[in-house]
Amino acid sequence: MPQTDAATVALARDGDSEAFRALVERHSRAVYRLAHRMTGSAADAEDVVQETFLKAYRQLSRFESRANFSTWLHRIAVNCSIDLIRSRPHRESGHDAEDLDHMGSENQVHGHASPERLMLSTEVQDRVTRAMASLSVMERAAFALRHFEGQSIDEISRALGLKTNATKHSIFRAVKKMRVALEPLVSAD
Amino acid sequence: MHLTEDDLILHYYGELDTADAARAGDHLRECATCHGSFTTLQRVLAAVDSTSPVEVTESFERTVWARLQPELERGPRSRWLSWFVLSPARLAWVAAVAILVVSAFFAGRVTQKTVPTNEVQTADASKALRERILLTDLGEHLDRSELMLAELVGGDPADRANVIAQRARAEELVADNRLYRQTASANGNTALAAVLDDLEQVLVDVAASPDSVSAADWETVRQRIDNKGLLLKVRVLSLEVQKRQKAQIRSRAGQSS
Repeated sequence: MPQTDAATVALARDGDSEAFRALVERHSRAVYRLAHRMTGSAADAEDVVQETFLKAYRQLSRFESRANFSTWLHRIAVNCSIDLIRSRPHRESGHDAEDLDHMGSENQVHGHASPERLMLSTEVQDRVTRAMASLSVMERAAFALRHFEGQSIDEISRALGLKTNATKHSIFRAVKKMRVALEPLVSAD
Repeated sequence: MHLTEDDLILHYYGELDTADAARAGDHLRECATCHGSFTTLQRVLAAVDSTSPVEVTESFERTVWARLQPELERGPRSRWLSWFVLSPARLAWVAAVAILVVSAFFAGRVTQKTVPTNEVQTADASKALRERILLTDLGEHLDRSELMLAELVGGDPADRANVIAQRARAEELVADNRLYRQTASANGNTALAAVLDDLEQVLVDVAASPDSVSAADWETVRQRIDNKGLLLKVRVLSLEVQKRQKAQIRSRAGQSS
């Protein structure tokens, strides 16, 4: 029977490398998916996974056993992703409202002009990618955790170190940006 | 009173408490305007769901562990060293210099002979020195990889000491290989990236192997090396690097004479 995270963390903290390996095997996919959503790049996501588990290993003594290991790990992963995004040569999320408005107006034209399902799905993919890129890092993290990972707002608040209201507003803003980008497409029946 | 957009979002994600969720549900049944808004929200978020999921390879966990384990065993670095070795800024630096290597490697570029000013001369000399060092590093990486592959192909799985030695060697090589592979890929050098990718898969498998390996597992790794002609490809790359190094030496000799 597999051990709980708390028991496995306790073993890893005592220097059991196989226990830490078990934690890596249990959580690395979720960390990678989150990092990929955050950074938009497979190579960057690989780096974030590596850095996240290294930090986790070195900070295991600081992990409080009553906390949720996955939430703690996600917090580290989000911080690593933010560090990586900020280290990029050009700052992101500089296009917010204007670009999204532009995307909306493009949709008005192309949404009706591309009835083929395949084209539509490619267009949806493109719009989602661009809308994700337009989110601030906190909006992206909150939205990815809520929408793709199914975490509750309380869990996300703990993972991001935000107050509940701040988390909610990050999600609201993210969803509204998605809506601006996609609504003309999805309502073009 | 209509539901706000924020209410609709919370309702969609099931974040309203029981009483508010019931009220929102009742309202949506009665109010066509809010029902329409909620339907649109559902469609928008369903469209987000319809996009490609993040792809994760089957051996992902194994690969992560193979890259991670040597770092964990090395123990904590000093703060500045840790930043330098692991930070994105360091990766960017390595990528930048590795691009130089890869570019020089493929373009066959050697140091320019024309030196119009002392300043340019110094800069060129420094750049040439850096390229020489980096070509040496890449060459050494390929030589060590070639040696490891050769010993894997010719080795005996029952020889536990050899298995452990090759595993340790693979652990050392995998991180460097990854950087060279990522750089080649980012630089559009798909041929080099493909060879390094094949090499990395073998390195990761070997690095993640247990102390005792079954003959069947050993054979699988061997077949992968054989099927892809990996040993030959690495050897060719290694010879190409040596050729570039010799060209640089000749170029320098030409400059100093």
